[in-house]
Amino acid sequence: MEKSYIVKQISIFSENRPGRLAAVAGALRDAKINILAFSIAEADGFGVVRALVDRPEDAHRTLTDLGFRVSFTDVIGVKMRDEPGGLSDIASILGDAGINIEYAYAYSGKDAAILILRVDQVEDAVRQILDRGGELLKASLSR
Amino acid sequence: MASWNPRTEEMPLDELRRLQFKLLKSLVYRLYSFNDFYRRRMKEHEVHPDDIRTLEDVAKLPFMYKSDLRDGYPDRIFTAEQNELVRYHVSSGTTGKPTVVGYTERDIENWSESLARAFSSCGLGRGDVMQVSYGYGLFTGGLGAHYGAERVGATVLPTSVGNTERQIELMQDLHVTAIACTPSYLLHMGEVAEKMGVSIKNDTDLRMGFLGAEPWSEQMRGRIEDWLGIRAYDIYGTSELSGPMFTECTEQQGIHIWGDLALVEIVDPATGEVLEAGEQGELTITMLQKEALPMVRYRIGDLTAIEEGTCACGRTHPRIGRIRGRVDDMLIVRGINVFPSQVEHALLEIPEVGRHFQIVVDRKGALDSMLVRVEVSEEAFSDKITELMVIKKAVEHRLRSSLNVSVDVELVEPGTLPRFEGKSKKVVDRRSL
Repeated sequence: MEKSYIVKQISIFSENRPGRLAAVAGALRDAKINILAFSIAEADGFGVVRALVDRPEDAHRTLTDLGFRVSFTDVIGVKMRDEPGGLSDIASILGDAGINIEYAYAYSGKDAAILILRVDQVEDAVRQILDRGGELLKASLSR
Repeated sequence: MASWNPRTEEMPLDELRRLQFKLLKSLVYRLYSFNDFYRRRMKEHEVHPDDIRTLEDVAKLPFMYKSDLRDGYPDRIFTAEQNELVRYHVSSGTTGKPTVVGYTERDIENWSESLARAFSSCGLGRGDVMQVSYGYGLFTGGLGAHYGAERVGATVLPTSVGNTERQIELMQDLHVTAIACTPSYLLHMGEVAEKMGVSIKNDTDLRMGFLGAEPWSEQMRGRIEDWLGIRAYDIYGTSELSGPMFTECTEQQGIHIWGDLALVEIVDPATGEVLEAGEQGELTITMLQKEALPMVRYRIGDLTAIEEGTCACGRTHPRIGRIRGRVDDMLIVRGINVFPSQVEHALLEIPEVGRHFQIVVDRKGALDSMLVRVEVSEEAFSDKITELMVIKKAVEHRLRSSLNVSVDVELVEPGTLPRFEGKSKKVVDRRSL
């Protein structure tokens, strides 16, 4: 049950220099892979590009073949009310349940704002959110 | 392994020393009598062949340097006439103007004999297929290993360097059992093979490698042996000595330097004073039997030590330890001596980073800064920045504690650091003084 809400995010190690994001994005474009949401986390000299795509396995293979270091991470996508308090609802549910958010990024989906979350107890988080009436992105969105 | 030439290789030490003295004495007389360069050099140094009364008296003779070969370019210090030469080799000139080395028929014969002894001490012989992936041509590696392997009756596959995928196909198809190449190139081959879906360990008959032409470490040996399922032997030589001439035996306890061909000394790089066995210093060699270009007390620039005593294999000739680096590629960073081999040594103990690295030295204001670029290994890659930063800090800490100098580490994408098919150049020194 919970598993059907666990989405595979691809994470790509990238040096922090001009052209690297273009190389990642270009490769996905050439493979006709659609990016649904993405973010970049940056550190000293390097960064990690995180993305939800429609075909994660293909994206992983395409980028690995180009020499990128790529890994999969389990995340969840929570539909947020697109109005004041939307984020607060979700953060409170997880906070109350003692689940830690490791990182998050948001994007504006077709019918709702979506918050992508990497949490320390992913199945627990799914259960808590569903129990409290929250809505989650189906993993099938990214096959 | 049985000796190729047991009478010489297992000669009692005192007998070997008597032979060396005899060879040295006649070499010095020959050079003094028939060669202007050596006679002038010995006179300047106030030494006469009659002053050589014991083997230790070799220390009375003047040193030779690479600059002597350059100054005598191309063949002015040769001790044979052109019509006696059967071959030339020319050095790559990585550290300056190239140098030319000439060979008489007997020089080629002794070179092959030297490697025949070396290869057979590791068990190479009839029935083996030796892939020679050192460069052929002006570089001595390819032809040297080629002649040595043919001499012991192995079948030689002269692939030279490059076209790696084809090399791997041939390795499989022709059931190659041994390879001679640089350690960096073998690592590169291993990676290319994996990309092709070939495991050198499981899908080939390769069982030994003769790796050299650049310094490498004991940790690197361990990694190569485990990963590729072979025995990896250190091979040593430089064009001035002929080319690759010496290897370890199956004991892997130092490189056997055949005493009847080469007289080894280890000297203090700064003072030139001869050091005791076991002490690290600059390798200095006198080629006792070379006809075209003998090289007397030649300061090779490689740092190592002599290993004492008869080897467990029964061979009596002196051995040298792993080459620790070169006198001239030693980096001085904030007054501290740093060898690239030390960096490699430290990195190989850290599983989170790959096998390749690059050192960049720069000067910011008055202060040297040292940056080591490493590739994040597949297993270690995490999408969490904090975990990557922990790896970076751990590598910095490790390098600082082993080099005694602070180091910045940069994590780079896999496959972006230069791979080398020949000699690797792992240092970029951007300081201008």
